[in-house]
Amino acid sequence: MSSTETTPPTRVDATTRPDDDLQGLDALETVTAQRRPVGRVLREKALPPLLGVLLVLAVWQLVYSLHVTPSYKLPSPLDVWHSLTDLWYQGSLFSIIWTSLWRGISGFLAAVAIGTPIGLIVARVRFVRAAVGPVLSGLQSLPSVAWVPAAVIWLGINDQAMYAVILLGAVPSIANGLISGVDQVPPLFLRAGRTLGARGFTSARYVLLPAALPGYLAGLKQGWAFSWRSLMAAELIASSPDLGIGLGRYLENQRDSSDMSGVLLGIILILVVGVAIDLLVFTPLENRVLRTRGLLQTGR
Amino acid sequence: MSTALTAPDATATTADTAVRLAGVHKTYGAAPVLEDIDLTAAPGEFLCLLGASGCGKSTLLNLVAGLDQPSSGSIEVPAGRPALMFQDHALFPWLTAGRNIELALRLNGTPREERRAEAERLLELVRLGGAHRKRIHELSGGMRQRVALARALAQGGQVLLMDEPFAALDAITRDLLHEELVRIWQERQLTVLFVTHNVREAVRLAQRVVLLSSRPGRIAREWRIDLPQPRRIESAAVADLSVEITEHLRGEIRRHVQH
Repeated sequence: MSSTETTPPTRVDATTRPDDDLQGLDALETVTAQRRPVGRVLREKALPPLLGVLLVLAVWQLVYSLHVTPSYKLPSPLDVWHSLTDLWYQGSLFSIIWTSLWRGISGFLAAVAIGTPIGLIVARVRFVRAAVGPVLSGLQSLPSVAWVPAAVIWLGINDQAMYAVILLGAVPSIANGLISGVDQVPPLFLRAGRTLGARGFTSARYVLLPAALPGYLAGLKQGWAFSWRSLMAAELIASSPDLGIGLGRYLENQRDSSDMSGVLLGIILILVVGVAIDLLVFTPLENRVLRTRGLLQTGR
Repeated sequence: MSTALTAPDATATTADTAVRLAGVHKTYGAAPVLEDIDLTAAPGEFLCLLGASGCGKSTLLNLVAGLDQPSSGSIEVPAGRPALMFQDHALFPWLTAGRNIELALRLNGTPREERRAEAERLLELVRLGGAHRKRIHELSGGMRQRVALARALAQGGQVLLMDEPFAALDAITRDLLHEELVRIWQERQLTVLFVTHNVREAVRLAQRVVLLSSRPGRIAREWRIDLPQPRRIESAAVADLSVEITEHLRGEIRRHVQH
C-alpha cells in the first residue's frame, strides 16, 4: 500500500473483461492445476511397481536355481506359469475367478447396504452409539474366519454361510468408516449449514454425508479387503460340491494333490484379484473425491 | 455513494428496527460471558462490535444468528433470518464456488431453474464472474471470503452478521474487501453487524462502533462515525478516531487486569 496515493484504486470495468477471466489480485493469487503428461505419469506411477514385481521374480528364480529347497516345495516361476496356462486351456481359469469374484462383489454390496444405515444410526444416536459402538469396533478386530465354523453349523455348507462370513467381516468396517467419517466432519460445516437453513434430514443430505464421504470411502475400501479375505478363508475351510470351485477351493484342492505350483498360483490369483479391485475401483474413486476437495497434491 | 447517513433514533419502534437485543445475559456454566446487553440496529445500519479477546463478541453474533440461546433477555430480528459469515470461509469443499451459492439458494426455497442465474448474479456482485466452476481450494483467501459473502447474500436476508471475516487476510486483500463490502452494503441496503478486534477496520467500515468490555462482555461505549464513505483506512480522520477508540479499548483491558 502506498501512502502517497490519493485517489481510490481504479478498477477494471466489469463489462470490458471476458466472463471467465479473473483479474488483478485474483489472477495473481489463483492457482491453476495442470495435469501432467501421460508418459510421465506412467513412468512415475507404473514403472516402480513393475520393477518391484520383477525383483521378486528374479529373487524367486535365483533361489530356485540355487536349489535352496527341493523343487516340490518351491517350484520355479515358469512352473507356476504352466499351471496358469493349464487352467486356461482347461477353460476353468475364468470360472474359478468368477465364482469367487461374484460372491465377493455381491457380498460386499450387501455389506454396504447393511453397514451404511448401521453406521449412520450409530454415529448420530448417542444411546445406540454407547451400546453398539464398542461391539462394532470389537467385531472389526475379530478375524472373520473365526465365524466360519459357526456359520457352517447355523446355515450349512452353502452360499448362505459364505455370505454370512463376508457380511460379518465387512459390515463392521463399513459402519466404522462411516462413523469416523461423520466424527471428523468439522463442526464449522454443520454450523454453516444451520445458518443456511439446513436442519435434520436436509442437513444430513447436503452437509453431513458429503462432508463424511472421504471417511466413508476409506471404510468401503477396507470393507472390500475384509470381504475378500473372509471369503477366501471361508472357501478354504468349507468344502461342498454345491459351492462350486472358487479361488479358495482351488487352492485347497491343489494342496490336497500336493501341487505346489498350483498352490502358489492360487495365492497369486487371490492377491491379483484383491489388488485389481482396489486399484481399478477404490483408488480412482478416492483420488477423485480427494482431488476435488483439494486434499491431494495435484498430479497424483 | 451516499455521504454520512443520519443516526437512528434511540427510541426507534419495531418497524424501523432490524435487530434488537434487550437485557441479554449469557452464561456458560457459572461464568458470565455477556451481561446486560441492550443494542438496537436500524435497517441499513453498519454496526461494528469491537473488543479484546473474551468480550463475547462471537457469542453475541451466535445469539443473533439463532445458533445459541440467551440465558435471559430477548433478541428480536424483525428484518428476518440473518446470514452469518465466519472468520473461516466455511465454504463446502465438495462443491464448486457456484454450487455453494446454489445450495444456499436451494435451502431458502429458490426454484431450481432460477438458481444458476442468481448464483451468477451474486458472483458478479462480488466481482468473481468467472469463478462459478472453480473449486474452493483453487481460490485465494480473499476470493473465498467473497464467495462466502455471496453465499450469505444468497440467503436473501437483510441482516448480515460478520464474525471477523477478514481477520485471516493480508492487508492488501483486506483493504480491497473493505471497499467491496461497503459497496455491497450500500447497494443492497443491508444491516451489518460486524465483529472485529481491529480498531481501524471498525472505523473504516462502521457508522457506529460499539466497544465491549471483556469478561463479562458489556457495552462500554459507543461512537457514531459520520465520515463519508468511501473512507480510506490510512486517512488522517480514520487514524485520529482510531487513536481515541484504542485509548478506551486499552482502558478496558487495563481495568480488567487490575481486578
